[in-house]
Amino acid sequence: MQPYTPCILHSLLIIPSMPRWIFLLLVLLLLLAFALSLAFGSVSIPFGQVVHILLGGIPEKAAWADILFKFRLPKALTAVLVGAALAASGLQMQTLFRNPLADPYILGVSSGASLGVALVILGLGTGSTALTFISGLGTLGNFTLALSASAGAALVLGAVLLLARRVQNTLTLLVTGLMFGYLASAVVSLLIYFSQPERVQVFSLWTAGSFGGVTWPQMQVFAPAALFGLLIASTMVKPLNALLLGDEYARSLGLNVRRARVWIIVSASLLAGVATAFCGPIWFVGVAVPHVARSLLKTADHRVLLPASVLMGAAFALLADLIAQLPGSQRVLPLNVVMSLFGVPVILSIILRQKQLRQL
Amino acid sequence: MLTTSSLSIGYHHPLASNLNLELHPAELVCLIGPNGVGKSTLLRTLAGMEKPLAGTVWLQHDNLHHLPAMELAKRLAIVLTGRVESPLLTAYELVSLGRYPYTDWLGRLTARDEVAVRHAMHLTDTWRFQARPLAQLSDGERQKVMIARALAQEPKVLLLDEPTAFLDLPRRVDLLQLLRRLARETQTAILLSTHDLDLALRLADRLWLFSSNGTMEIGLPEALALNGAIARVFQSEGAYFDHAIGAFRVHQAIHGPLTLEGDGYGITAAWTWRALERLGYEVHNGKSRYPLRVEILAESHWRLVTPSTQTDHFSLESLLTQIAQFHSHENLL
Repeated sequence: MQPYTPCILHSLLIIPSMPRWIFLLLVLLLLLAFALSLAFGSVSIPFGQVVHILLGGIPEKAAWADILFKFRLPKALTAVLVGAALAASGLQMQTLFRNPLADPYILGVSSGASLGVALVILGLGTGSTALTFISGLGTLGNFTLALSASAGAALVLGAVLLLARRVQNTLTLLVTGLMFGYLASAVVSLLIYFSQPERVQVFSLWTAGSFGGVTWPQMQVFAPAALFGLLIASTMVKPLNALLLGDEYARSLGLNVRRARVWIIVSASLLAGVATAFCGPIWFVGVAVPHVARSLLKTADHRVLLPASVLMGAAFALLADLIAQLPGSQRVLPLNVVMSLFGVPVILSIILRQKQLRQL
Repeated sequence: MLTTSSLSIGYHHPLASNLNLELHPAELVCLIGPNGVGKSTLLRTLAGMEKPLAGTVWLQHDNLHHLPAMELAKRLAIVLTGRVESPLLTAYELVSLGRYPYTDWLGRLTARDEVAVRHAMHLTDTWRFQARPLAQLSDGERQKVMIARALAQEPKVLLLDEPTAFLDLPRRVDLLQLLRRLARETQTAILLSTHDLDLALRLADRLWLFSSNGTMEIGLPEALALNGAIARVFQSEGAYFDHAIGAFRVHQAIHGPLTLEGDGYGITAAWTWRALERLGYEVHNGKSRYPLRVEILAESHWRLVTPSTQTDHFSLESLLTQIAQFHSHENLL
């Protein structure tokens, strides 16, 4: 690899040494995936019409504009943001804990969110009030879920952060995070055990994950939160690189490790928490995409890995959602199922093709 | 450069107190002492990684423990014992992380930074494999890259915690000579802890001899050997420091004295000496007159003379077997 060459284009793009053609390829892939997910679904809309409608033209069929603006556009944007958020979150967690198996949920954020949602769906009210309130598919119901998930995620995050400021050792943090996760899962299981089947059904629907639930009003909360998380992540690339050497070396290089750790956790958990709150716990993207980025780009430099993971995560989420829609049919597969069924072979083939399994 | 005044180190109980130490530019100092006396703790305290229990560490007129982390990183660098596990990181990328305290928020290298990185890598002879990832470096190469990374910080003081621990003998000599050269060429004050007493004696400008009662003796290596300080600090049951030869003798005599004659055959005599010592004899040179005697008659011709017999041997193996036999026989009587 060439030593970094200062270059205006590169410094603008925050990617000092990523081969430009790979970056371009990733952008093209993302655009293609975005276009596909706008065009295909239960009803196919020709590409020409998609562009035409987006530019404000009058569609051939009146329904197309509605489909595009009310459903597909927010869903595609959501997929982009969630994919990017989870990939960036997973990358940060893997480096922070120097563990290739770390994912965005490793500190219990999704368990916290699940607990929040479970409390609302399964635990709230005795009669049918809460249930109709939520399963009425109204915006308000969805928003309640997002709020309760956020509250649950924030609760766990708060506890972990409180610890992170006190605990010296990163490993201790990891173990306590896991414990929080188990605790939350146990309470969720308990709630499921004592709940009516219809409610459990609603809850399990939530855990299947979906990009379709985010409406434009919700997007006004969701998008800024996700972008803010990504912004923090982008300011963490230098500390993340230093942390590759371990806490002690990072400290000896002048990094305030405890503060960096808090910000990394804030960013990673905000990204994971927001994604979970609005789309349910989406597995797989967060743990797999950073590995693919490392494998393809053969680097440990976060100035390259972060933008690459963000682009790949977004494209991957779009494609997974596209498959889940089973274009042309009226059925929709659970998102998490598709992610794993189609994602695992693809990603294994990429990672195993390398001579040695890439580590951090 | 770096000085301490009445420094106490340790975690809860002091491992050593009232240390007044001094590191000078261009000087290579070796910190030696038995295991567990607190060599690492001292290094970590001098690096600002641990707080002193009492006293102050001064770095160029500033209290080291009050310096902002970034400022400290520009003046002092440390190489630790733990391995860096980032197999994808290339040697160049690792060394360029040494520019951390100088670079912007993204860690981008300016032309000035690149010069510093390249200079550090040339000094340590690591530029040859600058593009190789850590996974493909040997332990010796890795250690040099870690030193290059420390040099890239352009420190005034460089501390190293047992930098030779994982290396074989030629590589250890190589590394210490490199550090010695670096101290001269970059005017850096270098302090390293090591268990390699022999190498420290040969290559250090000064020794800090840390003894288990928490006192520190400082001086030229030869002076500390001569006044018996090294022997005192390292005395133990299994080994003792022989300051006549400047090395450890490992075995205690259990069989009593023996005369070894044949100083004319230098190397043969030296290795015969060691073999006899290993058997447990207290070996004396040809001027002594003990009843048990080994004479070297040619390069591979030994004669064993006991009060009752005399046998000739043409290999060390046969000589040692005969002596062992004589011994068991003597025990029977």
